Amino acid sequence: MNWFKYSSPQTFYPLAGRMVPLFFALAALFAIPGLYIGFFVAPTDAQQGESYRIIFIHVPAAWMSMFIYVVMAFWAGVGLAFNTRLSSMMASALAPTGALMTFIALWTGSLWGKPTWGTWWVWDARLTAELILLFLYFGFMALQAAIDDPRRADKAGAVLALVGVINIPIITFSVQWWNTLHQGASVSLTRSPTMAATMLTGMLVMALAFWMYSIAASLLRARSIILERERNADWVREWREAAP
Amino acid sequence: MLEARELEATRGGATLFSGLAFTLRPGALLRVSGANGSGKTSLLRVLCGLAQPSAGQVRWNGESIGALGEEYRRQLAYVGHANALKDELTVAENLEAICALAGLDTTPASVRAAIGQFGLGGRELLPVKLLSQGQRRRAALARLALSEAAPLWILDEPFAALDADAVDRVQSAAGAHLARGGMIVLTTHQEARIEARSATDINLDR
Amino acid sequence: MLAALRTVIRRDLLLALRNKSDAANTLLFFVIVASLFPLGVGPEPALLRGIAPGVVWVAALLASMLALARLFAADYADGTLEQLALAPQPLAALVAAKILAHWLVSGLPLVLIAPLLGLQFDLSGTALLTLMVSLLIGTPVLSLLGAIGAALTLGLRASGVLVPLIVLPLTVPVLVFGAGAVEAAAAGLGAEAQLSLLAAFLLVSAALSPWAAAAAIRIALE
Repeated sequence: MNWFKYSSPQTFYPLAGRMVPLFFALAALFAIPGLYIGFFVAPTDAQQGESYRIIFIHVPAAWMSMFIYVVMAFWAGVGLAFNTRLSSMMASALAPTGALMTFIALWTGSLWGKPTWGTWWVWDARLTAELILLFLYFGFMALQAAIDDPRRADKAGAVLALVGVINIPIITFSVQWWNTLHQGASVSLTRSPTMAATMLTGMLVMALAFWMYSIAASLLRARSIILERERNADWVREWREAAP
Repeated sequence: MLEARELEATRGGATLFSGLAFTLRPGALLRVSGANGSGKTSLLRVLCGLAQPSAGQVRWNGESIGALGEEYRRQLAYVGHANALKDELTVAENLEAICALAGLDTTPASVRAAIGQFGLGGRELLPVKLLSQGQRRRAALARLALSEAAPLWILDEPFAALDADAVDRVQSAAGAHLARGGMIVLTTHQEARIEARSATDINLDR
Repeated sequence: MLAALRTVIRRDLLLALRNKSDAANTLLFFVIVASLFPLGVGPEPALLRGIAPGVVWVAALLASMLALARLFAADYADGTLEQLALAPQPLAALVAAKILAHWLVSGLPLVLIAPLLGLQFDLSGTALLTLMVSLLIGTPVLSLLGAIGAALTLGLRASGVLVPLIVLPLTVPVLVFGAGAVEAAAAGLGAEAQLSLLAAFLLVSAALSPWAAAAAIRIALE
């Protein structure tokens, strides 16, 4: 199979079009058993009662939020190094999904915090790191949005994403360090004393569902970015004229 | 020797020029003309290496300028649209800084001579903000008098804002550079009378 | 090469000297922001002592963001940046020289005036000293990281707001270690750990930022 064939926007566009429904279906396929395990099969937590069940959404979202940033920086870096337009478009397409995942992680963390800590927001190390990550996503999207020339937007975004990806471990470390110094929360969302096997299974299945959703959503977004950027290209014109 | 091979540049999705090719040998002059927005400045920036062509290659003595990098930039004197002068610095200070950056050696005497050659004698110690538009252009071009060591001059609209006297001075500096085996690429709207053994014209409108 | 670096530093310092108000404004901003906090939270000495490290550091962060607008923008507008990019030296080295000159003009004065602000907040002698040392190590990091943001936003309409938006999240470790060092010193604990981490962050950003900023400048010039 010739992979390079799919690295041009023209051939990638229809391929992505076929993949989007597939991945949305897979996301649903994993989400249904995942949520079932999370809400009905997994045992009630002795310490935290039922409220802990939000972790079946919170933890996969938090995982995806970090993972997507790394993938985004990877594609942006590839686009910068090899001048491949499609990689840069993929990076831009991933950013909003990454930001959404970060936001879900923050939102569910806050929902969980209310019954557990009695407050909507706690400067817990993980939540704080997620918040900074959200700012990094916003910075990336704001920079790309502010630049009119798409090629410059791609390249400038790539430099920022690469600087961010080097910085994220340092930021995470500094926030954790800051948190331990200031006697942070004693109960943490992901450090439950006993992680039952069913809980882990539920979380992993949910993570797969989030993963499939992220792929589908970013492919869908990549398709619209391709159309917008290539609107003057011959193949888009032909395709537009062929469409009723 | 500067070579362009099948150069193509685009702006905002529209092609400015394509398939542009030329060879510039020592002592030769290349005049680039064309209407506003035809891509004259874009071409010069590609030749400098500031911008990447969307297709094609620029070569210096047979090697791609991207691969040569600093070695190519050492051969180059570029006077762009913007004068690269600092308002708060004097004419002499500006000139010294630009030459030091370009790796050209100067002495206070050679700087004063260069300023005099471009008709700004006596204004060496004036801050640039006190100069008129034409005088600023003269000050920016005065670096050419110190750029003998750079064989390739790339000049973007060198005659803009200049009076007849200044145009003469630029033309004679350019003629002297060509006579000693230098190369010049310039864009201009007006007829340039520069003594050259060989001169090529490129019109980007066609 | 060294001559070119010297030229860049000398020219930028000379420009700052002839435009003294620019540097003075940054300093004034720093002092005003920090002085507003007691008005906001009340003049109780214990409370002020508690928030002092964070307040002074955040004020320094904001002041240095403000100063970044001057780092490359004028050079970009008047064509000097093109000449830097065409100079036969690595652009990253010239950028590093510009960052150094920028820090001398906008960062160093913050370090020097910080003890005065510390006194307003009733900090002890060791805490004041630690504040100065932490700013001395930390403000160059702010200039280095800020240079990337300033270069990425060159010529954009919204660059004034965009630079802090991009750069501030990246400066979190500086804030944590910098303010943490002063807090530790104020509590009578050693601040060596925080200061060493800050110094390590300085080394990493000094090694990498000029390259990233140079790449960003080439992208902006294209």
